[in-house]
Amino acid sequence: MTLDLRELYQQLILDHNRSPRNRGPLDTKFRAEGHNPLCGDKVTIYIHLDDGRIDDVRFEGEGCAISTASASLMTQALKGKTVDEADALIREFHEMVTGAPDAAADWMERLGKLAVFQGVCEFPMRVKCATLAWHTFRAALDDKNDKATTE
Amino acid sequence: MQRGLAHAFDVGKIREDFPILQAKIWCKDLAYLDNAATGQKPRTVIEAVEHFYREANSNVHRGVHYLSATATRDFEAARDKVRDYLNARDRAEIIFTRGTTESINLVAQSFLRPQLKAGDEILITYMEHHSNIVPWQILCEQTGATLKVVPIDDSGELVFEEFERLLTDRTRLVSVVHVSNSLGTINPVELIIHKAHERGVPVLFDGAQAMPHMRVDVSALDCDFYAFSGHKMFGPTGIGVLYGKRKLLEEMPPYQGGGDMIGTVTFEKTTWNELPYKFEAGTPNVAGAIGLGAALDYLSGLDMAAVAAYEQDLLAYGTEALLDVPGLRIIGTARHKASVISFVMESTHPHDIGTILDHEGVAVRTGHHCTMPLMERFGVPATARASFALYNTRTEIDRLVAGLHMVRELFR
Repeated sequence: MTLDLRELYQQLILDHNRSPRNRGPLDTKFRAEGHNPLCGDKVTIYIHLDDGRIDDVRFEGEGCAISTASASLMTQALKGKTVDEADALIREFHEMVTGAPDAAADWMERLGKLAVFQGVCEFPMRVKCATLAWHTFRAALDDKNDKATTE
Repeated sequence: MQRGLAHAFDVGKIREDFPILQAKIWCKDLAYLDNAATGQKPRTVIEAVEHFYREANSNVHRGVHYLSATATRDFEAARDKVRDYLNARDRAEIIFTRGTTESINLVAQSFLRPQLKAGDEILITYMEHHSNIVPWQILCEQTGATLKVVPIDDSGELVFEEFERLLTDRTRLVSVVHVSNSLGTINPVELIIHKAHERGVPVLFDGAQAMPHMRVDVSALDCDFYAFSGHKMFGPTGIGVLYGKRKLLEEMPPYQGGGDMIGTVTFEKTTWNELPYKFEAGTPNVAGAIGLGAALDYLSGLDMAAVAAYEQDLLAYGTEALLDVPGLRIIGTARHKASVISFVMESTHPHDIGTILDHEGVAVRTGHHCTMPLMERFGVPATARASFALYNTRTEIDRLVAGLHMVRELFR
């Protein structure tokens, strides 16, 4: 197996794919469905807000290992954050997986566990898998009742 | 290696005709198993397109100068090659389009729309590509007609009794895929035509997937329309064909307005050009048509019966090899299949399968293959699909299987 591929499918990703955390619905008006028309992946994000803080966040859906692990790790990372902190994290995560040129940062330091998704930037066809849950989280926060899409 | 077929079909020689097959992907030999998405191009096709742009480029049907005359001659010669290849009666029955999708939209808007009323029905099947679903949905919105869908069984075969039941006095057109891109199912086209014509219902076939695998004779079939794309049969992208019976085409209004499709234009009244030009508004894809002509020349030089036998051997070999992979399920097990194998694996999403195989140099398609209703029918969001063409080998299938074992290893 190539090095790039090992970078992509790190143990933590495989583990969260096998046993996703925070999976299942929440009774809340902050919810959104995300859809990746490219591969048919679907995810629903549920958020509980308490005074501007993300009290709880859960997801449901079916997808590839990258999108499932990304949703799972995202829920862990965002729980307890304020909406502003969440927005900053979403931006940084996006920079990392799209390999933004000025983003030669120490991702481990900035994003902690989420740095396992660094390898995704070497796989342009898989960036949408990694970002689907995050786009959908943003849509749920906006309570637009819209469908998020990666397109 | 190619047991029993070597005398009839020399795959090594065929492979030499396709330059891209020498490519290295991630430092590994390319095993291109995504032929249902698009076929690779033989050198003669690449050279025909290059030759046109290098030495013959000009617009067609208009100029009096030398190059325009040459371009027109070569473009029209390509039409003759299509007519020959399909055994159509008349060159006027060969309309150049952008591809299968445009050909189907043309039939929807120019043939069916003018005669369709609320309550009329269009009959398709569950295994259609989106390109043979959405144009009819748009048309139904426009006219109040209803789209009827023939179900398929668990093997991916048409339930023919249902087809007969749904074919009624209200049916205005039957539009069916000849070979399914997702399942490989080869539909009983003769029988479909026979039943539809008994009721006086015209028939359109989406032949995009059939053309690279078999010789289609539209006169023998007696279909009313036949649509296909150049790029799936080793020609360029952006060029396709609609075959239509002359008497139907003549009654149809133009599909698009513009240059080349007119007789005379005044602000009071414009008259249409004769067939096939009535349906070819604007500057056509001249290089594409010439490239398609070269692809037909290439296929005409082969024994298509030997090609079909070789591909069936790959299908049988591939099916057996894939079924040996634990946890793998094949979607689409019709009795008559083209060399297409869709599959899913336990606890691994097709997308992950595709990425891992890619890093082994093995190109397969993953996703819904533009057949979302079909995926729903089989209860899967997506499949991985290996589709074989005449230049593929058993060795490449072995590499596919080895890659799938790596997938299992990783996702165990």
